[in-house]
Amino acid sequence: MTTRTQIPFVDYLVLNDGDPHLVAHECTSCGARFFDRRNACASCFADDFKTVPIATEGELRSFTIVAFAAPGVEVPFVAGVVDCDGTSVRGNVVNCPPDPEHVTLGMKLRLTTFSTGTDDHGVDAVNFGFEPAG
Amino acid sequence: MSASDDIWILGIHMTKFGKHFDKDVVDLGAEAIKGALGDAGVSMGDIGVLAAGNLMGRGGIGQQLQKQVGQTGIPVYNVANACATGATALRTAIMAVKAGEVDMGLAVGVEKLAGAGLLGGHDRAPDGAEWKPSGRFGAVAPVDGRIGTETMPGVFAQIGMEYGHKYGGTSFELFAKISEKNHSHSTLNPLAAYSKSMSLEQIMGDVMIAYPNTRPMCSANCDGAAAAVVVNGAKLKTLSLEQQRRAVKVTASVLTTDPWQEACQVLPDVNTLTRNAARQAYEQAGVGPEDLDLVELHDCFATAELVHYDNLMLCEEGGAVDFFESGASWRTGSTPVNVSGGLQSKGHPISATGIANIWEVAQHVRGECGDRQIEGAKIGLAHVIGLGSACGVHILEKSAA
Repeated sequence: MTTRTQIPFVDYLVLNDGDPHLVAHECTSCGARFFDRRNACASCFADDFKTVPIATEGELRSFTIVAFAAPGVEVPFVAGVVDCDGTSVRGNVVNCPPDPEHVTLGMKLRLTTFSTGTDDHGVDAVNFGFEPAG
Repeated sequence: MSASDDIWILGIHMTKFGKHFDKDVVDLGAEAIKGALGDAGVSMGDIGVLAAGNLMGRGGIGQQLQKQVGQTGIPVYNVANACATGATALRTAIMAVKAGEVDMGLAVGVEKLAGAGLLGGHDRAPDGAEWKPSGRFGAVAPVDGRIGTETMPGVFAQIGMEYGHKYGGTSFELFAKISEKNHSHSTLNPLAAYSKSMSLEQIMGDVMIAYPNTRPMCSANCDGAAAAVVVNGAKLKTLSLEQQRRAVKVTASVLTTDPWQEACQVLPDVNTLTRNAARQAYEQAGVGPEDLDLVELHDCFATAELVHYDNLMLCEEGGAVDFFESGASWRTGSTPVNVSGGLQSKGHPISATGIANIWEVAQHVRGECGDRQIEGAKIGLAHVIGLGSACGVHILEKSAA
């Protein structure tokens, strides 16, 4: 019996093939991409989807530096929208000082993964973020 | 268009916005209704339909209010559309009058929000004993703060920053200057929750909430209510000359939702639905943005006001920064925006906002706005956004009588 030691923080993060990346549900009819569980396509109403990999490098299209958040949420952190080769992804900018001198619109980023802690069974939840590239 | 198709605001009222420790949500809503009926010169007995909005209460606000101001057996529509709830209530009453089911309708929005704190985020409980995927993203724990932000200041900060990335010219200082304008405008509004001017240095030096929005650049949570009586043109003709003179014509009433766009489920797109609503409203009213004497738009954050200059087509596409820098949106400018002080200073009791902004415009086109009257105002636009999203746009015109 093998015990799973890692679990992705969300189901659209793929860890198990040694090359972490995000995946989306792509509408086979119009090409619209979605990260959540789907009932139908919000763009064209079709209901057939395929799973597609998302580019792991991108450009920061927008961000905010959250200094004040709900209790239990650690601040400051950088939340942003990353344009990954035409697909917009929500994520935090990590491994970078959270200030407007270091985080800039248009900066190049790449996907990275990190542990968010282990549960009582020793399973490690692995989340993703985007770090400065080059 | 026949006279019976015309829609008029016969009476409208907004309570003082701020902290009302001694009044509950029913007291505030009733005060707005009685004020609007008094302003209209009619009673609950004349009203054929009531549309009511309140988001933070226990539901059924319309019936709770009837119990205090008059139980006449008319239909009540309790509506909810996030921060566009007030506009949705008004739109509901207008649709009933337009459909010819009633001659006169009443809309009310009320909220107790003083001290509500941060909206959108949720306290994060300690992570569970076992990571277990749940929800539509199969997340093993809450994502707020771990994959982006769900708080309103952070979401709208990104909306303003996105505009900056697309067109350039934005900065922390620019957004703070927009807030400086609205706080300055509020000094003339006795009903505003906050009516003190703030210097640019004060605004930029205040507590940072979500860069580039500091605390005074965020809408002010407060208590308040607003209500409006609407009537069709045929019924209005049967009323007194004074009522006809003070009636304000609703030349456009539009409600839209966000059509699908790439990225709209990643960061809410508040642009496309506002642009769609504005386009429809200008067409309905037969006017253009250049005809507007004043605009009340949904400045829930300083970063939001900038993008709506563009979305409401007050400037050329991509030209919002230049539009603001020219001074156009100050009360002395060519298109005064948020002369009430806006949500940042007048305050934002969410369900009341979509009627309170119409009250502001109505008072100006009636010429009854006291110290902050925009001289000779004839046409004004009120805009509201509820995230999720819904957008209400109304255009009001001075009575010809």
